[in-house]
Amino acid sequence: MGRSLFDKIWDAHFVGTRLDGRDLLFIDRHILHELHAPHAFKKLKAAGRKVRRPDLTFAALDHTPSSAPGRDENTNPEGKPFIEAVRAGSRENGVRVFDLGDPEHGISHVVAPELGMVLPGATHAVPDSHACTVGGLGALAFGCGTTELEHVMATQVIALNRPRRMRIRLDGRLGPHASAKDVALKILAQIGVSGGRGHVIEFAGQVAKDLSVEGRLTLCNLTIEMGSRSGLVAPDDKTFDWIHGRSWAPQGAMWDRALQDWRSLPSDDDATFETDIAVNCDGLAPQITWGTDPSQVIDIGGRVPDLPDAPVNQRNAIERAMAYMGVTPGQPLDGLPVDRVFIGSCANARLPDLQEAANLVRGRRVAQGVHALVSPGSGRVKREAEALGLDRIFKDAGFVWGESACSMCAGANGDAGQAGERILSTTNRNFENRQGKGVRTHLVGPALAAAAAITGAISDVRKLTGGQA
Amino acid sequence: MKPFTRVAGVAVPFLEDDVNTDQIAPVGGGVRFGEDYAQTFFRHRRRLADGTENPDFIFNQPDYKSPVIVVTGKNFGCGSSRESAVWALQAIGVSCIVARSFADIYRENCLQNGVLPIVLSDEAAERMESATIAAGGKQDFTVDLEERTIRGPDGLTLTFDISPSDRTRLLEGLDDIGLTMKSLDDIRAFERKALSARPWAQRADINVVRD
Ligand code: SF4
Repeated sequence: MGRSLFDKIWDAHFVGTRLDGRDLLFIDRHILHELHAPHAFKKLKAAGRKVRRPDLTFAALDHTPSSAPGRDENTNPEGKPFIEAVRAGSRENGVRVFDLGDPEHGISHVVAPELGMVLPGATHAVPDSHACTVGGLGALAFGCGTTELEHVMATQVIALNRPRRMRIRLDGRLGPHASAKDVALKILAQIGVSGGRGHVIEFAGQVAKDLSVEGRLTLCNLTIEMGSRSGLVAPDDKTFDWIHGRSWAPQGAMWDRALQDWRSLPSDDDATFETDIAVNCDGLAPQITWGTDPSQVIDIGGRVPDLPDAPVNQRNAIERAMAYMGVTPGQPLDGLPVDRVFIGSCANARLPDLQEAANLVRGRRVAQGVHALVSPGSGRVKREAEALGLDRIFKDAGFVWGESACSMCAGANGDAGQAGERILSTTNRNFENRQGKGVRTHLVGPALAAAAAITGAISDVRKLTGGQA
Repeated sequence: MKPFTRVAGVAVPFLEDDVNTDQIAPVGGGVRFGEDYAQTFFRHRRRLADGTENPDFIFNQPDYKSPVIVVTGKNFGCGSSRESAVWALQAIGVSCIVARSFADIYRENCLQNGVLPIVLSDEAAERMESATIAAGGKQDFTVDLEERTIRGPDGLTLTFDISPSDRTRLLEGLDDIGLTMKSLDDIRAFERKALSARPWAQRADINVVRD
């Protein structure tokens, strides 16, 4: 019987069945981060254990550092003890830290692919739910909790029950200014925030093929929002070209060997999936969330839905989301004033995301009263953007050109909005209070974020450009 | 890990779907090293805009101040993988969560901490939910993992399913790492095999194996 991409990676990393019946899966490389690792280091030490494979273990400092221009570890004092604890634990265990100022510093999910640390067909783990981002390269990643992290540190394997397989076929060609983020939001609108539960999703179809590698990383980034264990896109020549020459990518004869292996990864024609669905993306418009979960999504030209005929607790939840967001049933979002715009995060802060936003911003000004911040996803993205002059475009327009970190995505670095503020954000979670208490977050792709910064309101970017992407 | 066999106490009807870990254990607005998880617990929703306690939030109501069991809806614990969203519930005394379904990572985090995640069928969930509302925090429920039952007021008895391996782990309070270490020979054998099959996955010049 044919095997799927997921099956091939799983089988190639299957170590054995543990006494309790769980499968042990070898983790090729994993990255820990300062928010959760200190606790794991502490428990590891208390148990008299060490990191078993320090050569495959890396530490990111992404959640807590300030993203203010010129920041250092003292800029956000609350983050400092976390940073120091990770440095100490890493030193004791021989783990490399991508420290502030290191050329490879950045958000772990951005750094791992761009460094060539995570490769097609590989397994990856991060104590962070967006580990799934690297699925865009055809790697299988698992987000985990702190105790599971400690387990990976001590053993280099993860203990799981084999997830089910889901394939989402993405049909058609996207409309102007629609990007990978819009595809992900469209899927979320269709399958909801628990539609993928218990599954690993493979994204297939024309849209997955057409997306850039960075776009595939964005798409896979949001698979956790669909409730799934992880997400994948089959690697192809585009993927291989993208990886070729990256710092840690195999070279020479080793590259040829790896390539031969990677070409056998895509799902066989007769592979089966427990769940198989299609999402029509033909002519897809830019998407925007109106509520407080990432499946509450409409077209930019659409209206907030009417209250559904639903059981009372579901209806209450929707009413609460509307009240929190300050929107009403049937209301268009287009034209609603915004207070802040944030372009950043592991969802949408790779170079093409910044280029897309910069193209719209070039020669224009951020609207009066709007606070607009760009935080590149990694130090490398920042350098590449600066080499292209994107920093100037943003700064000339009145954006703050920040340092790389998670920044306003989770508000863990102290960077947050004020209660009642409306933020257009290229991040992946619009949960209540995520970007600060009482802050109203609308998730969008870089194009809508840039359009809002310029106009000072939620705006249909297609009108701004006459539909010319 | 502390073994889980049986708990008894107040069950709180927190009947919402898709409760995410950003609500249960917020970090928005800054983090605190060595935080007190009882303070973290629903930090935002527990309070009104002026900082005073929100009397409408169910966990603030006198009868539900020290729950042992939380009864909730679908997809509980979705979003971020933060384990503090389990520790926060433990910090206020909860050791069992009865839901229509759980987010995958959250369920895993429960198992890692000796918190029993119970998924009930829709029919059983409805009975549990109404019994919890009727009890109003004034009558206790008992969850027995050995017999896989929930017992409550008025003779309520529900049975639940849980995989034998998860059940054993909770009952015996097994240390997950210790369990995996029993497979260390398999891991070593795999590493040797992988190093020759896919050497590019473990760059040689930064490679040191330590056991
Ligand atoms: S950018 Fe946001 S979603 Fe991504 S790892 Fe950081 S906090 Fe998590």
